[in-house]
Amino acid sequence: MNRVKDWKRVISESFIWRSVFRHGYPDTRRNKMLAVSTNVFLHLHPTKIKERAYQVRFTWCMGGISFFLFLVLTVTGLLLMFYYVPDSRRAYDDMKDLTFVVPFGSVLRNLHRWGAHAMVLSVIAHMARVFYTGSYKPPREFNWVVGVILLVFTLLLSFSGYLLPWDQLSMWAVTVGTNMARATPFLGHEGPFANVLGMAINNDARFVLLGGTIVSQSALLRFYVWHCVGFPLILVVFLSIHFWRIRKDGFSGNL
Amino acid sequence: MSEDLLTGTKRLSRRGFFSAIAWGAFTAYMLALGAVLTRFFYPKILYEPSQKFRAGVPDDYPKGIVNESLKKAQRVWMIHTEKGIYSLIAICTHLGCTPNWFLENNRFQCPCHGSNFTLEGDVIAGPAPQPLFRAKITLAADGKIQVDKAITANRPPQRDEAPFVLKV
Ligand code: HEM
Ligand code: FES
Repeated sequence: MNRVKDWKRVISESFIWRSVFRHGYPDTRRNKMLAVSTNVFLHLHPTKIKERAYQVRFTWCMGGISFFLFLVLTVTGLLLMFYYVPDSRRAYDDMKDLTFVVPFGSVLRNLHRWGAHAMVLSVIAHMARVFYTGSYKPPREFNWVVGVILLVFTLLLSFSGYLLPWDQLSMWAVTVGTNMARATPFLGHEGPFANVLGMAINNDARFVLLGGTIVSQSALLRFYVWHCVGFPLILVVFLSIHFWRIRKDGFSGNL
Repeated sequence: MSEDLLTGTKRLSRRGFFSAIAWGAFTAYMLALGAVLTRFFYPKILYEPSQKFRAGVPDDYPKGIVNESLKKAQRVWMIHTEKGIYSLIAICTHLGCTPNWFLENNRFQCPCHGSNFTLEGDVIAGPAPQPLFRAKITLAADGKIQVDKAITANRPPQRDEAPFVLKV
């Protein structure tokens, strides 16, 4: 018995152990604060908040749920990438494999799909909450601006992901969606002032988005890369700014 | 810029000079990078049907008929009217669906949101905001019709003149 205790002491007093567990059990006030402030994930949150801040009535926790859904989508999306190939000849078959053949593939796909819908909704609800509680007012105007960018990239993620199943719904949704770019002033070949810069179907804004004049292989690859790497990376950058600003500006509504 | 305290004249300090050079170089680099990235996103080779294609000879298109033989491959109708032959692009100007030709109604109708177009391509019903487009159409040296969908017009008088109508 004593030997076990000795070993426990030797281990828990070793340099390695103490370099990982940098404070004692969070049973004292000091250790509780340290547990939060010395941990990179936990320190996003203040070490102390007022009791009122727990009130879901004020924030609806919609920002937090949006972030949680983003994490869910990142994990499920990463797993989907192991079976999905962005090749126009096989993308649709891969989707069917994911649904019917891959173990738990259908759960994964549905998590990703419902998560995506839920994220769009929760981001919009979060924005509405910030608006109705007046939390966009000084000094938080900058964070509102960052929030608008986050909304845009959430929608872009949703739109770019929509093409990937490569079924009729995807094809026509993205055909219609990218056709809007035809009407861009100056940069779209059917928009106002298209002639000023000599825009045509094979050199305008839509052409750059699709990498061609029709929704085909190059469009699928471009949307895939934006969806899986480009947009999530940009979103993470702006999320970091968003969270950092929340800490710097403080919570609104006397929380 | 720094101010000479004795004379009060402004002059470019050494630090200001180097800072201007550094910022200038940085700006030039960023602009060039922007240009490079923009160019990068323009593919040089397209693995899709060319915008330019041969469309047979004028005799293939008798007067008064909407020819649909190229619709599937090239998404155009070849139409021969009093004014000549024109190649009407089968992309609805509303949101890009493919309208169909209905001989009995003498109009094009889009299945998506119900836009209707005349033989000329003008909108007579539905949400489409502008007429259908016509592609550039010319006669090549070998007597074949050459169509280029990258060059288009959809309003008179432009669309009723060469190169958007082939007089025969
Ligand atoms: C790092 C984050 C993400 C990765 C790696 C990722 C990856 C993928 C992959 C590989 C697919 C194709 C398979 C499939 O359709 O199920 C996909 C689909 C999709 N993604 Fe994402 N995704 C991410 C985040 C998001 C976010 C934030 C949204 C929207 C808010 C979103 C919306 C969609 C939608 C709507 C689909 C189509 C789903 C379906 O039809 O089943 N994704 N994603
Ligand atoms: S796309 Fe033709 S009417 Fe809407």
